[in-house]
Amino acid sequence: MHPAKSVIFFTTGSGAGYGMLIWLAVLSLLGLQPADSIYGLVAFGIAFALVVGGLISSTFHLGHPERALRALSQWRSSWLSREGIAAIVTFAPTGLFALAWVFLNENQSYAVGLGIIGAAMSLITVYCTSMIYGSLKTIPAWFTKWTSIAYITFALMTGAVLLWFVAVIFGLPQANIIGLIALVFVGLGFIIKLKYWHTVDHAPATSTAESATGLGKLGKIALVEAPHSEDNYLLQEMGFRIARKHATKLRKIALVLGFIIPFVLIALAIYGFPQFQLLIAGVAVFSGIVGIVTERWLFFAEAKHVVTLYYGESAI
Amino acid sequence: MTSLPRKPSRVKLGLVIDLDICVGCQACAVNCKEWNTSGHSAPLTDINPYGAGQKGVWYNRIHSFEAVDQETGDSQTINFPKSCLHCEDAPCVTVCPTGASYKRSEDGIVLVNGDICIGCKLCSWACPYGAREYDEIEGVMKKCTLCVDKIYNETLSPSSRVPACVATCPVGARHFGDLGDPHSEISNLVKARGGFALMPEQGTEPVNRYLPPRPKQHQKSTDQSPRSLEHKDTSTDGAGLLARWVDKVLSA
Repeated sequence: MHPAKSVIFFTTGSGAGYGMLIWLAVLSLLGLQPADSIYGLVAFGIAFALVVGGLISSTFHLGHPERALRALSQWRSSWLSREGIAAIVTFAPTGLFALAWVFLNENQSYAVGLGIIGAAMSLITVYCTSMIYGSLKTIPAWFTKWTSIAYITFALMTGAVLLWFVAVIFGLPQANIIGLIALVFVGLGFIIKLKYWHTVDHAPATSTAESATGLGKLGKIALVEAPHSEDNYLLQEMGFRIARKHATKLRKIALVLGFIIPFVLIALAIYGFPQFQLLIAGVAVFSGIVGIVTERWLFFAEAKHVVTLYYGESAI
Repeated sequence: MTSLPRKPSRVKLGLVIDLDICVGCQACAVNCKEWNTSGHSAPLTDINPYGAGQKGVWYNRIHSFEAVDQETGDSQTINFPKSCLHCEDAPCVTVCPTGASYKRSEDGIVLVNGDICIGCKLCSWACPYGAREYDEIEGVMKKCTLCVDKIYNETLSPSSRVPACVATCPVGARHFGDLGDPHSEISNLVKARGGFALMPEQGTEPVNRYLPPRPKQHQKSTDQSPRSLEHKDTSTDGAGLLARWVDKVLSA
Protein backbone atom coordinates (compact mmCIF):
# COMPACT_ATOMS: atom_id res chain seq x y z
CA MET A 1 0.00 0.00 0.00
CA HIS A 2 1.14 3.51 -0.78
CA PRO A 3 2.41 5.06 2.48
CA ALA A 4 0.89 8.57 2.37
CA LYS A 5 2.83 10.99 4.59
CA SER A 6 -0.39 12.54 5.86
CA VAL A 7 -1.67 9.17 7.09
CA ILE A 8 1.66 8.24 8.68
CA PHE A 9 1.72 11.52 10.61
CA PHE A 10 -1.96 11.16 11.48
CA THR A 11 -1.61 7.65 12.96
CA THR A 12 1.70 8.22 14.79
CA GLY A 13 0.96 11.79 15.90
CA SER A 14 -2.60 11.35 17.11
CA GLY A 15 -1.59 8.03 18.70
CA ALA A 16 1.15 9.71 20.74
CA GLY A 17 -1.17 12.60 21.67
CA TYR A 18 -3.91 10.27 22.91
CA GLY A 19 -1.27 8.26 24.75
CA MET A 20 -0.19 11.41 26.60
CA LEU A 21 -3.79 12.29 27.47
CA ILE A 22 -4.30 8.78 28.86
CA TRP A 23 -1.18 8.93 31.04
CA LEU A 24 -1.95 12.45 32.27
CA ALA A 25 -5.28 11.15 33.59
CA VAL A 26 -4.05 7.83 34.94
CA LEU A 27 -1.03 9.35 36.68
CA SER A 28 -3.20 12.10 38.19
CA LEU A 29 -5.51 9.43 39.55
CA LEU A 30 -2.47 7.81 41.17
CA GLY A 31 -1.44 11.19 42.58
CA LEU A 32 1.73 11.26 40.49
CA GLN A 33 1.15 14.58 38.70
CA PRO A 34 1.58 18.09 40.07
CA ALA A 35 -1.45 20.37 39.54
CA ASP A 36 0.90 22.97 38.10
CA SER A 37 -0.37 25.40 35.47
CA ILE A 38 2.76 25.74 33.34
CA TYR A 39 3.51 22.01 33.39
CA GLY A 40 -0.13 21.31 32.50
CA LEU A 41 -0.05 23.87 29.71
CA VAL A 42 3.07 22.33 28.15
CA ALA A 43 1.98 18.69 28.56
CA PHE A 44 -1.59 19.24 27.31
CA GLY A 45 -0.28 21.63 24.66
CA ILE A 46 1.96 18.96 23.16
CA ALA A 47 -0.76 16.28 23.46
CA PHE A 48 -3.46 18.39 21.79
CA ALA A 49 -1.05 19.69 19.15
CA LEU A 50 -0.28 16.09 18.18
CA VAL A 51 -3.93 15.02 18.19
CA VAL A 52 -5.23 18.06 16.32
CA GLY A 53 -2.25 18.13 13.96
CA GLY A 54 -2.79 14.45 13.20
CA LEU A 55 -6.50 14.88 12.56
CA ILE A 56 -5.94 17.90 10.30
CA SER A 57 -3.15 16.08 8.50
CA SER A 58 -5.49 13.15 7.84
CA THR A 59 -7.73 15.45 5.82
CA PHE A 60 -4.84 16.46 3.53
CA HIS A 61 -5.11 13.32 1.42
CA LEU A 62 -8.83 13.84 0.85
CA GLY A 63 -10.09 14.86 -2.57
CA HIS A 64 -12.61 17.18 -0.91
CA PRO A 65 -11.36 18.24 2.56
CA GLU A 66 -14.14 20.83 2.74
CA ARG A 67 -16.65 17.97 2.91
CA ALA A 68 -14.81 16.28 5.80
CA LEU A 69 -17.73 16.75 8.22
CA ARG A 70 -19.80 14.41 6.08
CA ALA A 71 -17.46 11.65 7.25
CA LEU A 72 -19.19 11.66 10.63
CA SER A 73 -22.50 10.35 9.31
CA GLN A 74 -21.95 6.62 8.75
CA TRP A 75 -20.96 5.39 12.21
CA ARG A 76 -23.31 2.42 11.85
CA SER A 77 -21.00 0.68 9.41
CA SER A 78 -17.78 2.64 8.90
CA TRP A 79 -14.77 2.57 11.24
CA LEU A 80 -13.51 5.78 9.64
CA SER A 81 -16.75 7.50 10.58
CA ARG A 82 -16.61 6.07 14.13
CA GLU A 83 -13.03 7.28 14.46
CA GLY A 84 -14.04 10.81 13.49
CA ILE A 85 -16.90 10.91 15.99
CA ALA A 86 -14.82 9.35 18.78
CA ALA A 87 -12.06 11.89 18.16
CA ILE A 88 -14.45 14.83 18.40
CA VAL A 89 -16.30 13.51 21.46
CA THR A 90 -12.96 12.91 23.20
CA PHE A 91 -12.17 16.63 23.04
CA ALA A 92 -14.94 17.39 25.57
CA PRO A 93 -13.73 15.50 28.67
CA THR A 94 -10.02 15.86 27.87
CA GLY A 95 -10.44 19.57 27.10
CA LEU A 96 -12.31 20.22 30.38
CA PHE A 97 -9.67 18.20 32.26
CA ALA A 98 -6.96 20.36 30.70
CA LEU A 99 -8.83 23.60 31.51
CA ALA A 100 -9.36 22.58 35.16
CA TRP A 101 -5.67 21.64 35.45
CA VAL A 102 -4.23 24.74 33.77
CA PHE A 103 -6.62 27.43 35.03
CA LEU A 104 -7.90 26.05 38.34
CA ASN A 105 -4.83 24.02 39.34
CA GLU A 106 -7.16 21.09 39.83
CA ASN A 107 -6.25 17.59 38.69
CA GLN A 108 -8.07 15.66 41.40
CA SER A 109 -11.73 15.06 42.32
CA TYR A 110 -14.08 16.06 39.44
CA ALA A 111 -11.13 16.93 37.20
CA VAL A 112 -9.54 13.52 37.36
CA GLY A 113 -12.99 12.00 36.78
CA LEU A 114 -13.20 13.94 33.51
CA GLY A 115 -9.62 12.88 32.79
CA ILE A 116 -10.38 9.19 33.19
CA ILE A 117 -13.48 9.48 30.98
CA GLY A 118 -11.24 11.25 28.45
CA ALA A 119 -8.62 8.49 28.77
CA ALA A 120 -11.23 5.83 28.06
CA MET A 121 -12.48 7.84 25.07
CA SER A 122 -8.90 8.24 23.86
CA LEU A 123 -8.41 4.47 23.97
CA ILE A 124 -11.63 3.99 21.99
CA THR A 125 -10.46 6.54 19.42
CA VAL A 126 -7.11 4.81 18.93
CA TYR A 127 -8.95 1.49 18.64
CA CYS A 128 -11.23 2.99 15.95
CA THR A 129 -8.16 4.28 14.08
CA SER A 130 -6.62 0.83 14.15
CA MET A 131 -9.86 -0.77 12.93
CA ILE A 132 -9.91 1.45 9.82
CA TYR A 133 -6.99 -0.75 8.78
CA GLY A 134 -7.73 -3.87 10.81
CA SER A 135 -11.16 -4.34 9.23
CA LEU A 136 -9.88 -4.54 5.64
CA LYS A 137 -10.00 -8.17 4.57
CA THR A 138 -8.37 -7.22 1.26
CA ILE A 139 -5.08 -6.50 3.05
CA PRO A 140 -4.25 -9.67 5.01
CA ALA A 141 -1.25 -8.04 6.75
CA TRP A 142 -3.70 -5.65 8.45
CA PHE A 143 -6.63 -8.04 8.90
CA THR A 144 -5.38 -9.36 12.23
CA LYS A 145 -6.04 -8.52 15.89
CA TRP A 146 -2.36 -7.59 16.17
CA THR A 147 -3.04 -4.42 14.21
CA SER A 148 -5.23 -3.05 17.01
CA ILE A 149 -3.01 -4.41 19.77
CA ALA A 150 0.01 -2.73 18.16
CA TYR A 151 -1.75 0.63 17.60
CA ILE A 152 -2.92 0.81 21.21
CA THR A 153 0.42 -0.29 22.64
CA PHE A 154 2.36 2.19 20.49
CA ALA A 155 0.01 5.01 21.50
CA LEU A 156 0.61 4.23 25.18
CA MET A 157 4.34 3.78 24.53
CA THR A 158 4.94 7.01 22.59
CA GLY A 159 2.65 8.92 24.99
CA ALA A 160 4.60 7.67 28.00
CA VAL A 161 7.98 8.53 26.45
CA LEU A 162 6.85 12.05 25.56
CA LEU A 163 5.29 12.68 28.98
CA TRP A 164 8.49 11.42 30.63
CA PHE A 165 10.44 13.91 28.48
CA VAL A 166 8.19 16.76 29.66
CA ALA A 167 8.52 15.59 33.27
CA VAL A 168 12.31 15.55 32.91
CA ILE A 169 12.27 19.06 31.44
CA PHE A 170 10.28 20.27 34.45
CA GLY A 171 12.46 18.25 36.83
CA LEU A 172 9.42 16.57 38.38
CA PRO A 173 10.20 14.33 41.34
CA GLN A 174 7.89 11.75 39.70
CA ALA A 175 9.92 11.74 36.47
CA ASN A 176 11.61 8.42 37.22
CA ILE A 177 8.29 6.64 37.82
CA ILE A 178 7.00 7.94 34.48
CA GLY A 179 10.30 6.87 32.92
CA LEU A 180 9.80 3.39 34.34
CA ILE A 181 6.33 3.20 32.79
CA ALA A 182 7.83 4.34 29.47
CA LEU A 183 10.52 1.66 29.83
CA VAL A 184 7.92 -1.08 30.36
CA PHE A 185 5.85 0.03 27.36
CA VAL A 186 8.88 0.36 25.07
CA GLY A 187 9.76 -3.25 25.98
CA LEU A 188 6.16 -4.32 25.44
CA GLY A 189 6.04 -2.45 22.10
CA PHE A 190 9.21 -4.26 20.97
CA ILE A 191 7.69 -7.67 21.73
CA ILE A 192 4.37 -6.78 20.07
CA LYS A 193 6.02 -5.51 16.90
CA LEU A 194 8.03 -8.74 16.65
CA LYS A 195 4.85 -10.74 17.27
CA TYR A 196 3.02 -8.71 14.57
CA TRP A 197 5.74 -9.34 12.00
CA HIS A 198 5.94 -13.01 12.93
CA THR A 199 2.15 -13.40 12.53
CA VAL A 200 2.06 -11.55 9.21
CA ASP A 201 5.10 -13.33 7.77
CA HIS A 202 3.79 -16.79 8.61
CA ALA A 203 0.13 -16.35 7.73
CA PRO A 204 -1.08 -18.62 4.92
CA ALA A 205 -2.16 -16.85 1.72
CA THR A 206 -5.82 -15.82 1.77
CA SER A 207 -6.20 -15.36 -1.98
CA THR A 208 -4.25 -16.44 -5.05
CA ALA A 209 -4.09 -15.57 -8.74
CA GLU A 210 -6.08 -18.78 -9.22
CA SER A 211 -8.91 -17.71 -6.91
CA ALA A 212 -8.82 -14.13 -8.21
CA THR A 213 -9.44 -15.31 -11.76
CA GLY A 214 -11.39 -18.42 -10.83
CA LEU A 215 -9.27 -20.31 -13.37
CA GLY A 216 -7.31 -22.52 -11.00
CA LYS A 217 -8.82 -25.66 -12.55
CA LEU A 218 -6.93 -24.94 -15.76
CA GLY A 219 -3.56 -24.76 -14.04
CA LYS A 220 -1.14 -22.20 -12.73
CA ILE A 221 -2.19 -18.64 -13.59
CA ALA A 222 0.27 -15.99 -14.73
CA LEU A 223 -0.34 -12.50 -16.06
CA VAL A 224 0.53 -12.28 -19.75
CA GLU A 225 -0.43 -8.70 -20.42
CA ALA A 226 -1.63 -5.90 -18.16
CA PRO A 227 -4.79 -4.05 -19.20
CA HIS A 228 -3.00 -0.72 -19.54
CA SER A 229 0.40 0.38 -20.75
CA GLU A 230 1.16 2.71 -17.82
CA ASP A 231 0.51 2.58 -14.09
CA ASN A 232 -3.06 3.43 -13.18
CA TYR A 233 -4.52 4.54 -9.85
CA LEU A 234 -4.73 0.95 -8.60
CA LEU A 235 -1.04 0.26 -9.18
CA GLN A 236 0.06 3.55 -7.65
CA GLU A 237 -2.13 3.14 -4.56
CA MET A 238 -2.06 -0.64 -3.98
CA GLY A 239 0.98 -1.72 -5.98
CA PHE A 240 3.57 0.18 -3.93
CA ARG A 241 6.69 -1.96 -3.76
CA ILE A 242 9.75 0.22 -3.07
CA ALA A 243 9.81 -0.92 0.54
CA ARG A 244 10.04 -4.64 -0.13
CA LYS A 245 13.60 -4.35 -1.40
CA HIS A 246 14.81 -2.82 1.86
CA ALA A 247 12.22 -4.35 4.17
CA THR A 248 14.68 -6.35 6.27
CA LYS A 249 17.01 -3.37 6.77
CA LEU A 250 14.11 -1.02 7.50
CA ARG A 251 12.66 -3.42 10.05
CA LYS A 252 16.01 -3.44 11.83
CA ILE A 253 16.16 0.36 11.71
CA ALA A 254 12.64 0.58 13.14
CA LEU A 255 13.47 -1.86 15.94
CA VAL A 256 16.77 -0.21 16.86
CA LEU A 257 15.64 3.43 16.67
CA GLY A 258 12.06 2.91 17.82
CA PHE A 259 12.59 0.50 20.67
CA ILE A 260 16.13 -0.63 21.53
CA ILE A 261 17.83 2.80 21.69
CA PRO A 262 14.95 4.46 23.63
CA PHE A 263 14.87 1.48 26.03
CA VAL A 264 18.59 1.66 26.75
CA LEU A 265 18.57 5.46 27.01
CA ILE A 266 15.59 5.60 29.37
CA ALA A 267 17.25 3.01 31.60
CA LEU A 268 20.49 5.00 31.52
CA ALA A 269 18.71 8.25 32.32
CA ILE A 270 17.04 6.72 35.36
CA TYR A 271 19.75 4.46 36.73
CA GLY A 272 23.03 5.47 35.07
CA PHE A 273 23.46 9.18 34.54
CA PRO A 274 20.71 11.17 36.27
CA GLN A 275 22.85 14.32 35.82
CA PHE A 276 22.51 14.06 32.01
CA GLN A 277 18.85 13.08 32.14
CA LEU A 278 17.59 15.91 29.93
CA LEU A 279 20.11 15.31 27.15
CA ILE A 280 19.56 11.54 27.22
CA ALA A 281 15.79 11.97 27.23
CA GLY A 282 16.00 14.31 24.25
CA VAL A 283 18.04 11.79 22.24
CA ALA A 284 15.66 8.97 23.27
CA VAL A 285 12.64 10.96 22.06
CA PHE A 286 14.29 11.86 18.75
CA SER A 287 15.36 8.28 18.12
CA GLY A 288 11.90 7.03 19.08
CA ILE A 289 10.16 9.43 16.67
CA VAL A 290 12.34 8.35 13.72
CA GLY A 291 11.84 4.70 14.70
CA ILE A 292 8.07 4.84 15.05
CA VAL A 293 7.67 6.76 11.78
CA THR A 294 9.77 4.07 10.06
CA GLU A 295 7.62 1.41 11.72
CA ARG A 296 4.42 3.07 10.47
CA TRP A 297 5.88 3.61 7.00
CA LEU A 298 6.62 -0.13 6.83
CA PHE A 299 3.13 -0.95 8.14
CA PHE A 300 1.72 0.64 4.98
CA ALA A 301 4.48 -0.02 2.48
CA GLU A 302 4.89 -3.71 3.27
CA ALA A 303 1.18 -4.54 3.24
CA LYS A 304 0.00 -6.21 0.04
CA HIS A 305 -3.49 -5.78 -1.37
CA VAL A 306 -5.27 -8.70 -3.08
CA VAL A 307 -6.05 -6.58 -6.16
CA THR A 308 -2.37 -6.97 -7.12
CA LEU A 309 -3.21 -10.61 -7.89
CA TYR A 310 -4.66 -9.22 -11.13
CA TYR A 311 -1.33 -7.55 -11.82
CA GLY A 312 1.17 -10.38 -11.49
CA GLU A 313 1.26 -11.35 -7.80
CA SER A 314 0.65 -15.08 -7.31
CA ALA A 315 -0.50 -15.35 -3.69
CA ILE A 316 -1.34 -12.86 -0.91
CA MET B 1 -26.75 5.47 3.87
CA THR B 2 -23.77 3.17 3.59
CA SER B 3 -25.27 0.33 5.55
CA LEU B 4 -26.29 -2.28 3.02
CA PRO B 5 -30.03 -2.64 2.26
CA ARG B 6 -31.61 -4.43 5.21
CA LYS B 7 -33.11 -7.03 2.95
CA PRO B 8 -31.05 -8.11 -0.09
CA SER B 9 -32.69 -6.82 -3.24
CA ARG B 10 -34.82 -9.35 -5.06
CA VAL B 11 -33.57 -8.10 -8.39
CA LYS B 12 -29.81 -8.46 -8.77
CA LEU B 13 -28.74 -6.86 -12.00
CA GLY B 14 -25.32 -7.94 -13.16
CA LEU B 15 -23.07 -9.20 -15.90
CA VAL B 16 -22.07 -12.65 -17.02
CA ILE B 17 -18.78 -12.71 -18.90
CA ASP B 18 -17.86 -15.63 -21.12
CA LEU B 19 -14.12 -16.25 -20.90
CA ASP B 20 -14.40 -18.92 -23.58
CA ILE B 21 -15.11 -16.48 -26.38
CA CYS B 22 -13.69 -13.14 -25.23
CA VAL B 23 -11.03 -12.17 -27.75
CA GLY B 24 -9.59 -9.32 -25.70
CA CYS B 25 -10.39 -6.65 -28.27
CA GLN B 26 -10.99 -3.95 -25.60
CA ALA B 27 -14.19 -2.78 -27.34
CA CYS B 28 -16.14 -3.10 -24.06
CA ALA B 29 -13.64 -0.83 -22.27
CA VAL B 30 -13.73 1.73 -25.07
CA ASN B 31 -17.50 1.85 -25.39
CA CYS B 32 -17.82 1.98 -21.60
CA LYS B 33 -15.55 5.01 -21.55
CA GLU B 34 -17.48 6.56 -24.43
CA TRP B 35 -20.88 6.22 -22.73
CA ASN B 36 -19.84 6.97 -19.19
CA THR B 37 -17.70 10.00 -19.87
CA SER B 38 -21.00 11.80 -20.32
CA GLY B 39 -23.08 9.57 -18.04
CA HIS B 40 -24.01 9.25 -14.35
CA SER B 41 -20.49 9.84 -12.96
CA ALA B 42 -19.16 11.93 -15.85
CA PRO B 43 -16.53 12.85 -16.83
CA LEU B 44 -14.10 9.92 -16.84
CA THR B 45 -11.08 12.15 -16.56
CA ASP B 46 -7.92 11.57 -18.58
CA ILE B 47 -4.60 13.11 -17.64
CA ASN B 48 -1.94 13.49 -20.35
CA PRO B 49 -4.07 11.50 -22.77
CA TYR B 50 -1.66 11.95 -25.68
CA GLY B 51 1.70 12.16 -23.91
CA ALA B 52 3.92 10.10 -21.67
CA GLY B 53 2.56 9.16 -18.23
CA GLN B 54 -1.02 9.00 -19.38
CA LYS B 55 -3.54 8.24 -16.68
CA GLY B 56 -7.26 8.14 -16.44
CA VAL B 57 -10.40 6.61 -15.04
CA TRP B 58 -11.76 3.48 -16.70
CA TYR B 59 -14.55 1.27 -15.37
CA ASN B 60 -13.48 -1.71 -17.36
CA ARG B 61 -10.02 -3.24 -17.63
CA ILE B 62 -9.10 -6.25 -19.75
CA HIS B 63 -6.28 -8.39 -18.39
CA SER B 64 -4.69 -11.35 -20.19
CA PHE B 65 -3.71 -14.42 -18.24
CA GLU B 66 -1.98 -17.63 -19.14
CA ALA B 67 -3.05 -20.87 -17.50
CA VAL B 68 -0.45 -23.63 -17.50
CA ASP B 69 -1.40 -27.15 -16.49
CA GLN B 70 1.45 -28.18 -14.20
CA GLU B 71 1.15 -31.89 -15.13
CA THR B 72 0.76 -31.86 -18.89
CA GLY B 73 2.32 -28.52 -19.73
CA ASP B 74 -0.80 -27.59 -21.71
CA SER B 75 -1.32 -23.86 -21.69
CA GLN B 76 -3.91 -21.40 -22.85
CA THR B 77 -4.37 -17.66 -22.87
CA ILE B 78 -7.50 -16.20 -21.31
CA ASN B 79 -8.66 -12.64 -21.94
CA PHE B 80 -10.17 -11.43 -18.73
CA PRO B 81 -12.40 -8.33 -18.64
CA LYS B 82 -12.90 -7.00 -15.12
CA SER B 83 -15.30 -4.38 -13.83
CA CYS B 84 -17.42 -3.87 -10.71
CA LEU B 85 -19.11 -7.11 -9.62
CA HIS B 86 -21.90 -5.26 -7.72
CA CYS B 87 -21.33 -7.41 -4.64
CA GLU B 88 -24.19 -8.48 -2.40
CA ASP B 89 -22.04 -7.81 0.70
CA ALA B 90 -20.13 -4.87 -0.76
CA PRO B 91 -17.24 -3.82 1.54
CA CYS B 92 -16.77 -0.61 -0.47
CA VAL B 93 -20.22 0.48 0.70
CA THR B 94 -19.89 -0.29 4.40
CA VAL B 95 -16.47 1.37 4.84
CA CYS B 96 -17.64 4.65 3.27
CA PRO B 97 -17.74 7.31 6.03
CA THR B 98 -19.99 9.75 4.17
CA GLY B 99 -22.84 7.77 2.67
CA ALA B 100 -21.61 8.60 -0.84
CA SER B 101 -21.17 4.92 -1.62
CA TYR B 102 -24.40 2.97 -1.65
CA LYS B 103 -26.12 -0.15 -2.90
CA ARG B 104 -29.54 0.34 -4.45
CA SER B 105 -32.25 -1.71 -2.77
CA GLU B 106 -34.33 -1.98 -5.95
CA ASP B 107 -31.77 -3.63 -8.24
CA GLY B 108 -28.54 -4.10 -6.30
CA ILE B 109 -26.46 -1.65 -8.35
CA VAL B 110 -23.56 -0.15 -6.35
CA LEU B 111 -23.10 3.56 -7.02
CA VAL B 112 -21.12 6.58 -5.79
CA ASN B 113 -22.79 9.93 -5.16
CA GLY B 114 -20.06 12.26 -6.42
CA ASP B 115 -21.71 15.26 -4.77
CA ILE B 116 -20.92 14.08 -1.23
CA CYS B 117 -17.85 11.83 -1.75
CA ILE B 118 -14.85 13.26 0.13
CA GLY B 119 -12.30 11.28 -1.87
CA CYS B 120 -10.80 9.40 1.10
CA LYS B 121 -10.16 6.36 -1.15
CA LEU B 122 -11.00 3.88 1.62
CA CYS B 123 -13.56 2.16 -0.63
CA SER B 124 -10.81 1.39 -3.14
CA TRP B 125 -8.81 -0.21 -0.31
CA ALA B 126 -11.80 -2.30 0.71
CA CYS B 127 -12.57 -3.61 -2.79
CA PRO B 128 -10.70 -6.84 -3.65
CA TYR B 129 -11.34 -6.43 -7.37
CA GLY B 130 -9.93 -2.99 -8.13
CA ALA B 131 -13.33 -1.82 -9.30
CA ARG B 132 -12.94 1.70 -7.98
CA GLU B 133 -10.65 4.33 -9.38
CA TYR B 134 -9.91 7.77 -7.99
CA ASP B 135 -10.50 10.77 -10.23
CA GLU B 136 -7.64 13.14 -9.40
CA ILE B 137 -9.25 16.09 -11.15
CA GLU B 138 -12.70 15.76 -9.61
CA GLY B 139 -11.36 14.54 -6.25
CA VAL B 140 -13.95 11.79 -5.99
CA MET B 141 -14.19 8.04 -6.45
CA LYS B 142 -15.61 6.59 -9.64
CA LYS B 143 -16.86 3.16 -10.53
CA CYS B 144 -18.97 1.13 -12.94
CA THR B 145 -22.62 2.21 -12.79
CA LEU B 146 -23.85 -0.79 -14.78
CA CYS B 147 -24.95 2.02 -17.12
CA VAL B 148 -27.82 2.87 -14.78
CA ASP B 149 -28.49 5.87 -17.05
CA LYS B 150 -28.85 3.60 -20.09
CA ILE B 151 -30.59 0.44 -18.93
CA TYR B 152 -33.67 2.35 -17.69
CA ASN B 153 -33.60 4.99 -20.43
CA GLU B 154 -37.02 5.00 -22.06
CA THR B 155 -35.86 7.21 -24.91
CA LEU B 156 -33.76 4.30 -26.13
CA SER B 157 -35.19 1.32 -27.97
CA PRO B 158 -35.73 -1.65 -25.61
CA SER B 159 -32.92 -3.62 -27.26
CA SER B 160 -30.48 -0.78 -26.52
CA ARG B 161 -31.28 -0.76 -22.80
CA VAL B 162 -28.24 -2.82 -21.85
CA PRO B 163 -24.87 -1.64 -20.50
CA ALA B 164 -22.55 -0.15 -23.11
CA CYS B 165 -20.02 -2.97 -22.71
CA VAL B 166 -22.69 -5.58 -23.45
CA ALA B 167 -24.12 -3.67 -26.39
CA THR B 168 -20.75 -3.34 -28.09
CA CYS B 169 -19.14 -6.75 -27.54
CA PRO B 170 -18.53 -8.05 -31.09
CA VAL B 171 -18.44 -11.72 -30.07
CA GLY B 172 -21.32 -11.73 -27.59
CA ALA B 173 -19.09 -12.57 -24.63
CA ARG B 174 -20.98 -10.27 -22.28
CA HIS B 175 -24.49 -10.87 -20.99
CA PHE B 176 -26.69 -8.63 -18.86
CA GLY B 177 -29.71 -9.53 -16.79
CA ASP B 178 -31.25 -10.34 -13.42
CA LEU B 179 -29.11 -12.84 -11.54
CA GLY B 180 -31.56 -12.70 -8.64
CA ASP B 181 -34.17 -14.49 -10.74
CA PRO B 182 -33.16 -18.17 -10.88
CA HIS B 183 -35.11 -18.62 -14.12
CA SER B 184 -33.76 -15.64 -16.03
CA GLU B 185 -31.89 -16.23 -19.25
CA ILE B 186 -28.52 -15.39 -17.74
CA SER B 187 -29.14 -17.43 -14.59
CA ASN B 188 -29.77 -20.42 -16.85
CA LEU B 189 -26.59 -19.61 -18.75
CA VAL B 190 -24.61 -19.59 -15.49
CA LYS B 191 -26.13 -22.94 -14.51
CA ALA B 192 -25.49 -24.54 -17.89
CA ARG B 193 -21.88 -23.41 -18.16
CA GLY B 194 -20.78 -23.67 -14.53
CA GLY B 195 -20.42 -19.92 -14.01
CA PHE B 196 -18.31 -18.86 -11.03
CA ALA B 197 -17.62 -15.85 -8.80
CA LEU B 198 -14.21 -14.22 -8.32
CA MET B 199 -12.43 -14.58 -4.96
CA PRO B 200 -15.42 -16.05 -3.08
CA GLU B 201 -13.11 -16.37 -0.04
CA GLN B 202 -13.23 -12.59 0.37
CA GLY B 203 -16.87 -12.96 1.40
CA THR B 204 -18.16 -10.15 -0.80
CA GLU B 205 -20.76 -12.32 -2.58
CA PRO B 206 -20.30 -10.84 -6.05
CA VAL B 207 -23.36 -10.75 -8.31
CA ASN B 208 -21.43 -10.93 -11.60
CA ARG B 209 -20.42 -14.36 -12.84
CA TYR B 210 -17.71 -15.61 -15.19
CA LEU B 211 -18.11 -18.56 -17.55
CA PRO B 212 -15.02 -20.79 -17.77
CA PRO B 213 -13.25 -21.54 -21.06
CA ARG B 214 -14.56 -24.78 -22.58
CA PRO B 215 -12.12 -27.73 -22.59
CA LYS B 216 -9.87 -27.56 -25.62
CA GLN B 217 -10.08 -30.27 -28.24
CA HIS B 218 -6.46 -30.17 -29.20
CA GLN B 219 -3.99 -30.22 -26.38
CA LYS B 220 -0.31 -31.07 -26.53
CA SER B 221 -1.00 -33.94 -24.17
CA THR B 222 -3.55 -35.71 -26.36
CA ASP B 223 -3.02 -37.87 -29.45
CA GLN B 224 -4.91 -35.44 -31.63
CA SER B 225 -2.54 -32.61 -30.93
CA PRO B 226 -0.57 -31.15 -33.81
CA ARG B 227 3.14 -31.79 -33.61
CA SER B 228 4.98 -29.25 -31.52
CA LEU B 229 7.98 -28.00 -33.42
CA GLU B 230 9.77 -26.62 -30.42
CA HIS B 231 10.80 -30.13 -29.37
CA LYS B 232 13.21 -32.50 -31.13
CA ASP B 233 11.02 -34.61 -33.39
CA THR B 234 12.44 -38.13 -33.89
CA SER B 235 9.50 -39.81 -35.62
CA THR B 236 9.40 -40.44 -39.36
CA ASP B 237 5.60 -40.69 -39.53
CA GLY B 238 4.36 -39.57 -42.89
CA ALA B 239 7.79 -39.57 -44.55
CA GLY B 240 8.30 -41.23 -47.95
CA LEU B 241 10.31 -44.38 -48.70
CA LEU B 242 13.50 -42.53 -49.66
CA ALA B 243 13.35 -40.22 -46.67
CA ARG B 244 12.84 -43.12 -44.29
CA TRP B 245 15.82 -44.96 -45.85
CA VAL B 246 18.03 -41.85 -45.50
CA ASP B 247 16.83 -41.48 -41.92
CA LYS B 248 17.71 -45.11 -41.22
CA VAL B 249 21.21 -44.75 -42.72
CA LEU B 250 21.92 -41.50 -40.87
CA SER B 251 20.55 -42.84 -37.59
CA ALA B 252 22.83 -45.85 -37.66
